Amino acid sequence: MSKILREFYDTGVEFARTFGAFQLFFMRLLRHSPRILVSRLDLVIKQVFNSGSLSLVIIMVSGLFVGGVLGLQGYSNLARFNAEDAVGVFAAFGLVKELGPVITALLFAGRAGTSLASEIGLMKATDQLSAMEMMAVNPVPRVLVPRFLGGVIAMPFLAAIFSMIGLLGTHLVAVELLSVDVGAFWQQMQITVDIDDINEGIFKSFVFGVAASLIAVWEGYNAIPTAEGVGRATTRTVVITAIAVLVFDFMITALMI
Amino acid sequence: MADLSENLIEIRGLKYSRGPRAIFDDLDLTIKRGEITAIMGPSGTGKTTLLRLITRQLIPELGTIRIDGVDISRLNMAELYQMRQRFGMLFQNGALLTDLSVFENVAFPLREHTKLTNRLIRHVVLTKLHAVGLRGAADMSPAELSGGMARRVALARAMVMDPDILIYDEPFVGLDPISMGVIVRLVRRMNDALGITSIIVSHDVEEISTVADRSFLLSHGKVAASGSPDELRDAPSELVRQFMHGMADGPVAFHFDAPGYEEQLLGRDSE
Ligand SMILES: Nc1ncnc2c1ncn2[C@@H]1O[C@H](COP(=O)(O)OP(=O)(O)O)[C@@H](O)[C@H]1O
Ligand SMILES: [Mg+2]
Repeated sequence: MSKILREFYDTGVEFARTFGAFQLFFMRLLRHSPRILVSRLDLVIKQVFNSGSLSLVIIMVSGLFVGGVLGLQGYSNLARFNAEDAVGVFAAFGLVKELGPVITALLFAGRAGTSLASEIGLMKATDQLSAMEMMAVNPVPRVLVPRFLGGVIAMPFLAAIFSMIGLLGTHLVAVELLSVDVGAFWQQMQITVDIDDINEGIFKSFVFGVAASLIAVWEGYNAIPTAEGVGRATTRTVVITAIAVLVFDFMITALMI
Repeated sequence: MADLSENLIEIRGLKYSRGPRAIFDDLDLTIKRGEITAIMGPSGTGKTTLLRLITRQLIPELGTIRIDGVDISRLNMAELYQMRQRFGMLFQNGALLTDLSVFENVAFPLREHTKLTNRLIRHVVLTKLHAVGLRGAADMSPAELSGGMARRVALARAMVMDPDILIYDEPFVGLDPISMGVIVRLVRRMNDALGITSIIVSHDVEEISTVADRSFLLSHGKVAASGSPDELRDAPSELVRQFMHGMADGPVAFHFDAPGYEEQLLGRDSE
């Protein structure tokens, strides 16, 4: 019995320690961020394009199909209330406030996040980070911060692209396929969706961007410097990001309502 | 830097462990200014670890490491980075930055630490690459290089800030005889012409003997023997003779601890 308690205790201590280290790591990234944004903007922009271009295609394709599904579901369910014109509003709320930020963050974790974690893990395993240390260059601001900021900046844009392509998908299904009136489709959306809804979406994708990039960079930087360790870090990146994004989504939604 | 005695690096009473196993236990070692010092020992004795301790990538449990009389454990971050600028280090596998070209790898320290114009950087980088015979590879990416080439690029990068101390971790592994000769001469020439102090880790006894002024043989966490290569070769100690002459039997076990060979093969103890 006491052995089980002992194990629980150890696990708790270990968790608290890791979580503390994680917070300190986050603080370290934040502390260097303003300076890097000003003096090494070139590095940050390179990383925005890097993680953005990695995820762009998969995000566009997914957005189109998710929007299409919303069109089908919205039309068939709203038709029961003779409200099929509202399918545009239905899809817009779903995409802008929920599916856009959440699915984008999940896809980002799978594509850009894994690539960040394995890149940094490999740099560690092949002594590149030590070599930088030896050249008196601190790898935290030089390598980690630009990658972190790149992900944070890219995420809201990717989520916006997801939502826009998604609405296009809904339009194709509802208007072109199921002949909902095109004027009603877009006009109702314009009237009903207001700036607060869009802000909620932007805020969420910003939070998810911080979470996804932070986890990817942390996992890569703390990977055991072997091929196996780097592999494990990439897997953990996806799993932990997915959980974090869904938990944060629930919390933010609860606060906003 | 007031203290210009002939001892550049002094290690005293060093203890360092990985897990329960002490890699170094009460190690004393002195590296003299302007010399080429060889650190030898069977693989796994902690040669790379020692280099990381000297450059404070690792921190000892006990003991002091002084560079120019300054205890490096007392340096703050800024002072540490200033000290590291005096070092050039060649890592065992090159450790080139994979997202930069060969040229940019060599230019990296210059771009990070100086405000030199692009023209000047180009001049310096091409000169260093020429010295290691790889000026033609400037536009290649590190992934396209062989192991030996990568190590030569890394050497060019280590030299580019004109360090006073150059550290080489296994520089000769995987080099063909021609590049080996070139590198050995380069090490010697830099040492003599530029007054650099060099520390070379190697287990290549032949090659290191031609270039080193002084050698240390590490074993079981201590210096087992030291002296000029000739002195080591003629040393009476069993261990030194085994290592210098490459014999499988002796105080250094070739086999990792294992159950009896015959018993294990015949599966006698497996039920
Ligand atoms: N990151 C590490 N974690 C645990 N043990 C390590 C680590 N790095 C090295 N070691 C151990 O320390 C010992 C010395 O390693 P190293 O300094 O690389 O030896 P050498 O360079 O002389 O071959 C080895 O036994 C190795 O297993
Ligand atoms: Mg080694």
